[in-house]
Amino acid sequence: MIEMKNVYKKYPNGITAINGLDVTIEQGEFVYVVGPSGAGKSTFIKMIYREEIATKGTVKVGEFDLMNLKNKKIPFLRRHVGVVFQDFKLLPRLTVYENVAYAMQVVNKNPKQIEKRTLEVLDMVGLKHKVRMFPNELSGGEQQRVAIARAIANMPRVLIADEPTGNLDPETAEGIMDLLEEINSHGTTIIMATHNSEIVNRVRHRVLAVENGRIARDQERGEYGYEN
Amino acid sequence: MKIRTIGRHFKESFKSIVRNGWMTFAAVSAVAITLLLVGSLIALLMNVNKLASDVEEDVSVRVYVATGSEEAEREALRSDLEAIENVEDIEFRSREKELDDVMGSYGEEFGLFEGDDNPLHDVFVLNTTEPQFTSEVAAEAEEIGPVVDDVNYGGAEADRLFEIMDTVRNIGAVIIIALIFTAIFLISNTIRITIFSRRTEIEIMKLVGATNWFIRWPFLIEGALIGFVGALIPVSIISYIYLSGFDTIMNFLSGTYFSLLPPNPFLIQLIALLLAIGVVIGSIGSALSIRKFLKV
Repeated sequence: MIEMKNVYKKYPNGITAINGLDVTIEQGEFVYVVGPSGAGKSTFIKMIYREEIATKGTVKVGEFDLMNLKNKKIPFLRRHVGVVFQDFKLLPRLTVYENVAYAMQVVNKNPKQIEKRTLEVLDMVGLKHKVRMFPNELSGGEQQRVAIARAIANMPRVLIADEPTGNLDPETAEGIMDLLEEINSHGTTIIMATHNSEIVNRVRHRVLAVENGRIARDQERGEYGYEN
Repeated sequence: MKIRTIGRHFKESFKSIVRNGWMTFAAVSAVAITLLLVGSLIALLMNVNKLASDVEEDVSVRVYVATGSEEAEREALRSDLEAIENVEDIEFRSREKELDDVMGSYGEEFGLFEGDDNPLHDVFVLNTTEPQFTSEVAAEAEEIGPVVDDVNYGGAEADRLFEIMDTVRNIGAVIIIALIFTAIFLISNTIRITIFSRRTEIEIMKLVGATNWFIRWPFLIEGALIGFVGALIPVSIISYIYLSGFDTIMNFLSGTYFSLLPPNPFLIQLIALLLAIGVVIGSIGSALSIRKFLKV
């Protein structure tokens, strides 16, 4: 469902972040993306939801050809790709409920459906009792759960998690991993960039090691680690 | 767009106005103060303009009829004068009437000249359609022939007066235009600041798949509302002052040929202008300000 062929990304400042990258990820996979800072991990992830566009090559996500995707169509791609960030990126002025419902209002779902689904996903991440709170009243782990609830509200086919446990303590991180596993078990593809070797080694999945702008290692049930 | 979506955009903008309380307050105050300045200066300058026009209107061309002219000659002269381009109206004043005026202004002693001793002429007073035609009309009247004894319109002095008034008007127009631009700049800048503080919000909206217009609408409505409320304050202040000041000043001016612009339609137009500036600049300002942040 995600296909990248011979992809290059050169930034205007001359830095080549992605340098002939090839990878195919099937629907329903759970993939870790590891690698040193500056290896092109972030760029790789951002290319999937079209925050960055490749300079050359083929990038396909589902039926979307990202190299020929009009700007007007980007919102529709993003409705199929949920994204979770290290810093959560919740809307500070909206309540927990509103933050999650927002992703569905955007797609013009009807209010009844929105209410039902919002409570459903908040229940799934275990925060149904905190719907009326604002993000700053929650712990880091709880905020990340809200972010995940928002990301999966529209039932995306891919969930991208960029260092989702980066700001969390080990126990909280474990809870987040359990949640991602559960989401994956319902058939959602999960792509998770991480520096957390403990998690990668304990919960085994396919590992993509990105180095110098290409895939240096692609291993089923792989371990954490990269050359440099 | 579905009605539900429109409703949602309105709800969203109201919510944001309330939750961004201080930013809203700052933006509304900035709009109010700017428009108060712009509005009062426009009111002032437009009235100065009006007074300037009143001065000009008072200038008329006096055509003195040669002494001893016959009734028929006078009538012929009247139709000749009527034929001159840009003459708005003609008033005939007999020498007896002229003398009465002189006696009214300077005293009964001039009564000595009543009757056949009256040294004054019969006069046609011409008003031109526009003050700047005065000298042309005067020149043409002079051409008519021996039945015209003299033509007087204040000559060089009147010309100079027109020049000064034109300058006053031009300066007024420039100041008003400059003020409107200042208002546009200040208001859109304030809104830019309120939006800048919410750029992460816009970024997140884009990341969850909101289309640009879906993001833009609530901001647009919010900007328009801020502009509208911000304009209401100066509108009420200016209306109050203008209405209460109008009568006082008009009383003071009674008996002169000066008058202020009447509240209807002037004040109504001014109110409409201020509200329009507020709403249009508020919404356009916010639409332009978020443009940059929509490119995620």
